[in-house]
Amino acid sequence: MASFKLKKGLNINLAGKPEQKYLSVKEADKVTLVPDDFGLTPKVVVKAGETVKVGDTIFFDKNRPEIKIVSPVSGTVEDVVRGDRRKVLGVVICNDGKGTSVELPAVNPASAKAEEIKSAMLNAGVWPLLKQRPYNVVANPEVQPRDIFVTAIDSAPLAPDFEFAAQGQEKELQLAISALAKLTSGKVYVSVKTGSKLQLKDCEMVTVEGPHPAGNISVQINHIKPLNKGEQVWAASAFDLLIVGRALAGKADFTRVITVAGSEIVAPGYAKVLPGQSLASVLAGKMVQAEGKQRVIAGNVLTGTNAGINGVVGYFDNTVTVIPEGDDTDEMFGWITPGMNRYSTNNTGLAGLFGLFKSKAWNLDARIKGGERALIVSGEWDKVFPMDIYPEYLYKAALAFDIDRMEALGIYEVAPEDFALCEFVCTSKTPVQQVIADALVKLRKEME
Amino acid sequence: MSNKINNFIEEKIDPLFAKGGKYEKLWSVYDSFHTFLFVPRHTAGRKGVQVHDSVDSKRVISMVILALVPALLFGCWNVGYQHDLALGINDGWFMQFLYGFGAFLPKMVVAYVVGLGIEMAIAAYKHEEVAEGFLATGFLIPLIVPVNTPLWMIAVATAFSVIFAKEIFGGTGMNIFNPALIARAFLFFAYPKAMSGDQVFVRTGSALCDSPIEGAQVVDTFTGATPLAEVAAGTFNPSAYDTMQAFIGTIPGSIGETSTLAILIGAVILLVTKVASWRIMLSVFAGGAVMSAIIAAFSESAPTVAQQICLGGFAFGAVFMATDPVTGCRTNTGKYIYGAFIGVMAIIIRMFNTGYPEGMMMAILLGNAVAPLIDYYVVDANINKRAKRVKA
Repeated sequence: MASFKLKKGLNINLAGKPEQKYLSVKEADKVTLVPDDFGLTPKVVVKAGETVKVGDTIFFDKNRPEIKIVSPVSGTVEDVVRGDRRKVLGVVICNDGKGTSVELPAVNPASAKAEEIKSAMLNAGVWPLLKQRPYNVVANPEVQPRDIFVTAIDSAPLAPDFEFAAQGQEKELQLAISALAKLTSGKVYVSVKTGSKLQLKDCEMVTVEGPHPAGNISVQINHIKPLNKGEQVWAASAFDLLIVGRALAGKADFTRVITVAGSEIVAPGYAKVLPGQSLASVLAGKMVQAEGKQRVIAGNVLTGTNAGINGVVGYFDNTVTVIPEGDDTDEMFGWITPGMNRYSTNNTGLAGLFGLFKSKAWNLDARIKGGERALIVSGEWDKVFPMDIYPEYLYKAALAFDIDRMEALGIYEVAPEDFALCEFVCTSKTPVQQVIADALVKLRKEME
Repeated sequence: MSNKINNFIEEKIDPLFAKGGKYEKLWSVYDSFHTFLFVPRHTAGRKGVQVHDSVDSKRVISMVILALVPALLFGCWNVGYQHDLALGINDGWFMQFLYGFGAFLPKMVVAYVVGLGIEMAIAAYKHEEVAEGFLATGFLIPLIVPVNTPLWMIAVATAFSVIFAKEIFGGTGMNIFNPALIARAFLFFAYPKAMSGDQVFVRTGSALCDSPIEGAQVVDTFTGATPLAEVAAGTFNPSAYDTMQAFIGTIPGSIGETSTLAILIGAVILLVTKVASWRIMLSVFAGGAVMSAIIAAFSESAPTVAQQICLGGFAFGAVFMATDPVTGCRTNTGKYIYGAFIGVMAIIIRMFNTGYPEGMMMAILLGNAVAPLIDYYVVDANINKRAKRVKA
């Protein structure tokens, strides 16, 4: 089995790690599908009051009508929420709890043709779970990708362990991978952690060792077979492939396993939820009673959204994190205190100097802890960016939106999430992810 | 306790400076003092990283200042010590330190008042937060000038460097040349007589200004000539020169740069905290050592390797100036080339251009100028690798 090891990167040792046990979560009474989760322009096909089954189309991509997002529940459409200029913010569907679903034909990847597999995935509404590089958007079904990369590792802070989450679903995973193998002229690469017990065929398994972002697909692509200009590869998380596998087996079931974790959760653990389920229902009775404000994050602390308790679980989220907001915390003279109790990987504080940031579990709040500045310190991004790319130069090219330079520096190989740790450690508190995300959106408009 | 104080500030004082407040225009100044007292309460936005490392630019700059303290303390004492030597008296280490501190403090105050004044005015005009970069620059300027530099010269040089070396490029983080060195270079070219020669490095008058003290007489045997001036004049005798004295720093020179020992303590602080790049520091010393060894092999009057490193501003420049991350190379490979370039150039200028006995200043400024070019080629190698992959 091929393997590679990362030295660069960082595991943020957060308090509130999930235990490997399932927490009870009540069935969702409603779900909200958010077009922004997919980065597409939606055309909503349902109206408020309409009855839908699991697997019925809710909206599709205006530019590629074959890409559909379907309802994960059966029930009635409650509302199509719109914002400025009638932008669709979300479609709310009430769950009747019956789980009536559309009929899905089972697909046998051994005998099925690529086109059959594609149309089965498109019809079942699981296609949007496949992403593509470049641009980190929903894969273009008209293209035959060079290779398909699957990550069976989520290395982000407090993320679930895939093998625990996938217990009993190995068949579905294998089904999805065998199906994907038909869609590419190259190979399907599946990255697993060291010591993994997963046994998969129709793919090449790669063992990845090292700290976050070892689980990020861009990092794996960069180390296994880098992406070049003009090529396209597809990327999927093995967590999402479980849903794909169930659909190919004829079962429309969008349930996903996530972790409910963070220092403000009483007993962090795993939970089975639906995408778009309200965070209030997921977190009911699980949060610490605190005096100060709490921050409810849909996703992990690096790439998640500050959704608040009224928000919903994102379509691709593997984690729901709750941490203290921290806006009532006052640290005097932060520029010179010894820093024993301040999380920092930087040696300017004792926590960094003595390696306490590794050995101790930290209760981090949401404060930025400094003002935004021009880039001053050099080399700190490189330490957490394990790809053969100069992150700072790529960031600057993205900021200036210099297309030639971005291409030359490897913009097609990255996703915003790859810069999350750069943003975390940055002395100048630079919002790197946003800059890269904006550049990717703009670049795609220019190029396609 | 700190909670109560900050609540008071946030509730009562903040609105005065916030948008629509009475002193809205002074928000930048207020914010700089407020964030100096307390780590800001702002929390992360809706998108992007939700937690952050505690390090910020204030903390990094503080470490630079901390690292400069040994050189400052020693420098102050040495100013008094040299003063006593010149006058042939000895009034004890404490009085010597006080004398030196008296000579140093007004310079620092002038540099800070002028520099921070300009920075705050510009930040207020641009309605931005005040960047911390000048806190280090303002500390460096009085340390790298001769003790007899008049205060008005420091004021003019500081203003020149802050405006023309930094702010016109966009402020801290955007400048091409090290602002402290630009101030020094400005003084060197605008007022050469005050920057070199036998008279400027030892103060014989009273601490606060160089007016002669009544009755004080400079002893006959005393010459204020620095060894580098002798090197430039070709009268230096390496075997007769006490290298240990230069290492400890009991020699005439600019206030902060005489003691290689004190500078090395600062270097340890910068390296342990990883504020300065060990790659740059190491390669400056290596480049300087190699070049000195080559020259020493051909010339008998050339200083030895150890002397070259201990004399003048070499060590100070290597530790505190060349390692400035903003004006130096930003790629790891580039840092080695950049450092070695500075080390080699400093010795070449020192030895072959008698007009500039102190080559370090020129070498680092030259290094600043070529740093983007070095980085360009390092990054270009990565670009070419990517381009080749497409062809293959």
